Amino acid sequence: MGTGFWAGIVIWLISLAMAIPFITQWWWMPDPITALGREIDRAFMWTLIGTGVIFILAQATLGYAAWKFGRRSGARARDMHGNNKLELIWTSAALVIFVALTLAGFSVWAEVRFIEQRAADPTPDRLVVEVTGQQFVWNMRYAGEDNKFGPVDFLQADDAGGNPVGVDRGHPDGADDIMVPEMRVPVNKEVELILKSKDVLHNFFVPELRIKLDTVPGLVGKLRFTPDTVGKYEIVCSELCGLGHYKMRSFLHVVSAEDYDAWLQEQAEFL
Amino acid sequence: MTEVELSPEVSEYTEVHRHPEPKGFIAKWIFSVDHKVIGIQYLLLALVAAFVGMGLSLLVRLRLVWPERSFGILGDLFPVGAPDGVMTPEFYLAMLTMHGTIMVFMVLTTAPQGGFGNYFLPIQIGAADMAFPRLNMLSFWTTFVSFSFLIAAFFVEGGAPMAGWTGYPPLSAVPEAAVQGIGQDLWVVSIAFFCIASLLAALNFIVTTLDLRAKGLTMMRLPLTVWTWFVTAILGLLAFGVLLAAGVLLLMDRNMGTSFFVPGGLVVSDKAIDHSGGSPILWQHLFWFFGHPEVYIAILPGMGVTSHLLATFARKQVYGYKAMVYAIAAIGILGFVVWGHHMFVSGMSPYSAFVFSVLTMCIGVPSAIKTFNWIGTLWGGQIRFTSPMLYSIGFVSLFVSGGLSGIFLGQPTIDLYFHDTYFVVAHFHLIMGVAAIFGMFAGVAFWFPKMFGRWMDEGLGKIHFWCTFIGVYAIFGPMHYLGMLPHPRRYAEFTGVDYLQTGSAGELHYFITIAAMFTITAQFLFLFNFVKSIFAGKPCTEANPWEATTLEWAIPSPPPHDNFGGKVPHIYRGSYDFSLPGAKRDFAMQCNKDEAVYGSAAGGD
Repeated sequence: MGTGFWAGIVIWLISLAMAIPFITQWWWMPDPITALGREIDRAFMWTLIGTGVIFILAQATLGYAAWKFGRRSGARARDMHGNNKLELIWTSAALVIFVALTLAGFSVWAEVRFIEQRAADPTPDRLVVEVTGQQFVWNMRYAGEDNKFGPVDFLQADDAGGNPVGVDRGHPDGADDIMVPEMRVPVNKEVELILKSKDVLHNFFVPELRIKLDTVPGLVGKLRFTPDTVGKYEIVCSELCGLGHYKMRSFLHVVSAEDYDAWLQEQAEFL
Repeated sequence: MTEVELSPEVSEYTEVHRHPEPKGFIAKWIFSVDHKVIGIQYLLLALVAAFVGMGLSLLVRLRLVWPERSFGILGDLFPVGAPDGVMTPEFYLAMLTMHGTIMVFMVLTTAPQGGFGNYFLPIQIGAADMAFPRLNMLSFWTTFVSFSFLIAAFFVEGGAPMAGWTGYPPLSAVPEAAVQGIGQDLWVVSIAFFCIASLLAALNFIVTTLDLRAKGLTMMRLPLTVWTWFVTAILGLLAFGVLLAAGVLLLMDRNMGTSFFVPGGLVVSDKAIDHSGGSPILWQHLFWFFGHPEVYIAILPGMGVTSHLLATFARKQVYGYKAMVYAIAAIGILGFVVWGHHMFVSGMSPYSAFVFSVLTMCIGVPSAIKTFNWIGTLWGGQIRFTSPMLYSIGFVSLFVSGGLSGIFLGQPTIDLYFHDTYFVVAHFHLIMGVAAIFGMFAGVAFWFPKMFGRWMDEGLGKIHFWCTFIGVYAIFGPMHYLGMLPHPRRYAEFTGVDYLQTGSAGELHYFITIAAMFTITAQFLFLFNFVKSIFAGKPCTEANPWEATTLEWAIPSPPPHDNFGGKVPHIYRGSYDFSLPGAKRDFAMQCNKDEAVYGSAAGGD
């Protein structure tokens, strides 16, 4: 057996080894907990199928060519210059698949990120939580009873005194604001996150929500989601933020409405 | 001046002015203006940088698997970063940053373009040297200064920078936010010098390609290697200026109290930072406006070498030569309008994501053209499985694997999940790291007899290929699965994340580290083969041992000082006239007239 034979075999085997865990889903995403998350998974699966077919096709053909067209003594290579028709078919097919996948995913993207445009919702019955990243913790703020966030000044922040973002406690809106290190939200209710940073870039990411966004100092970012499964989920920082980047995490607790109300009550009593 | 014997392959030539050979060791080998010497200088710099960068990646891999373990020698080398040999998280980030920076700038940008481009572009177009030989020397030595600054960052107080090779502010701009001090400044200065060197080199390449081609060598007869070096130079000319500007601004933010990238109101570790009015996202736009073309600066020359070698060793025309040229140009143009796909979750306007992602998908078209034509070139060929050919076939496989994962990341919807996970690490390592490096391996193995007049050991070359090809897939394949979990990147350890404890992230990491140790060990085979063959390889006395078609094979190995001895061959045909029907041999060199190809009666026998 010549080198070409082995080159072909190895390319086939490697391709197969790469593909199998994607087919059997040995290492996989955690189950999504939002309707949007499931749509993102669908977009992922279609892309996996599309690219998977192209991957297998291209690698198998490459392996076959190496296996098949080894040098034979006395023979000459075929005189071929190209095939415009085949080229056109293959490339347009690739273009159509790739662009179609992208276009199909846009509605989900719009749903996740075009928040300002839907701000005019008549009855915003949603829970707003402010998330402020800092090296290397997450600070969650709830508006409290009055449903209004008090003014914030990072320069007045007091990490040790339980006021890491510098809420003006003297202000009537700020007096009842609740600061906690972990996020707790009721199930099946829309949540809007206001994302900020005190120092450097961080990134708010909950794998089960399938969404992430940088927290950028000087900017306010927004994300919305409606979790439909009770549970405890991890928040992991996904933008390099310094030496403690790897341990900058928190939790998202999705609980029943009753549990949430009880918890909120409890937090308010601490103030 | 020594007379250069003209190859019988050259049908006709033009006599031109000759350049005297330099005298003395320094003029000949150190501050040389000879493009061939400069090319080798670039290659050697890249070789040193590659081994340094690879060593850093080994440290990164070791810490991920054994975060608590003491590696005695490290404690002696880096008493601050690795006290008692145990790597700190900030040391991990510094190694990661330096690995990325060294590999991207000092290896992927220097060797394919500065190395092979410098050496072979003038010869392949029939020129005695680059258009501006002194500028060429200046480019190399500026690159060398840049490399020295970068290496110096290891040894200054606070150690090497840890803001990643992308250097995102405020982390990179506000010294209080990170532990490093002057190391980050050296990093910026190094990159600024590198930009200047690359701009000068880009000008030189462009002018040389446009002005110094031999008679009859039209653009559509250029070897695809020359096309890729030419387009890469254009990319460099337009991209490096922007990074240079960004670097200067960042340096001013760090040292002169300006606020280009740092907004007001920052509080770092309970300390107010005195900046106002800057934007961290501005840096990202400037950086990626350079950074995306940079990806193609790294990979395009590899594509050129691959096309060149597949044709040469399959003894076939490049399948769809014109389409290949258009694809190279298209990749170059599209490369400038897709930078935003690195920034889908950066907080920039979500509307721009539409444009950036559709344009990104369009790059799939020229990429599909290239893949199709590479396989088409092999189809029906008489393939000679030499080691350079194996690397080229490996390139195609890696290009397909690394390219297709880009289809996931190019969609903002899916990038919401995969951004900054190991899926991204797997993607860009396969395509811009490993595929590009396979292009370099192919180039070294292919041109070695021409450059040094000796052969590399073919057996060792093949062993190195098999170990590396299987090894890199074993490293970067499983990283996709880590990305699925999803394992965030740039984590000094994953013990802090609960879902990575219960999952099999540990096993995957362990497997990857073992595979990396194996693959790194295999690279010493290459190093040994390279160094040994320069001094003691089997002599190669033939001008054209591979029976190839382009001009470098019409001159002696190694080539004389001014390449053609003042007799520039005329060009009669395209670059890849293999297996012409009716021809006497299965290849026709570019400098062969039809009579030489078909015998006295043109048209065949």
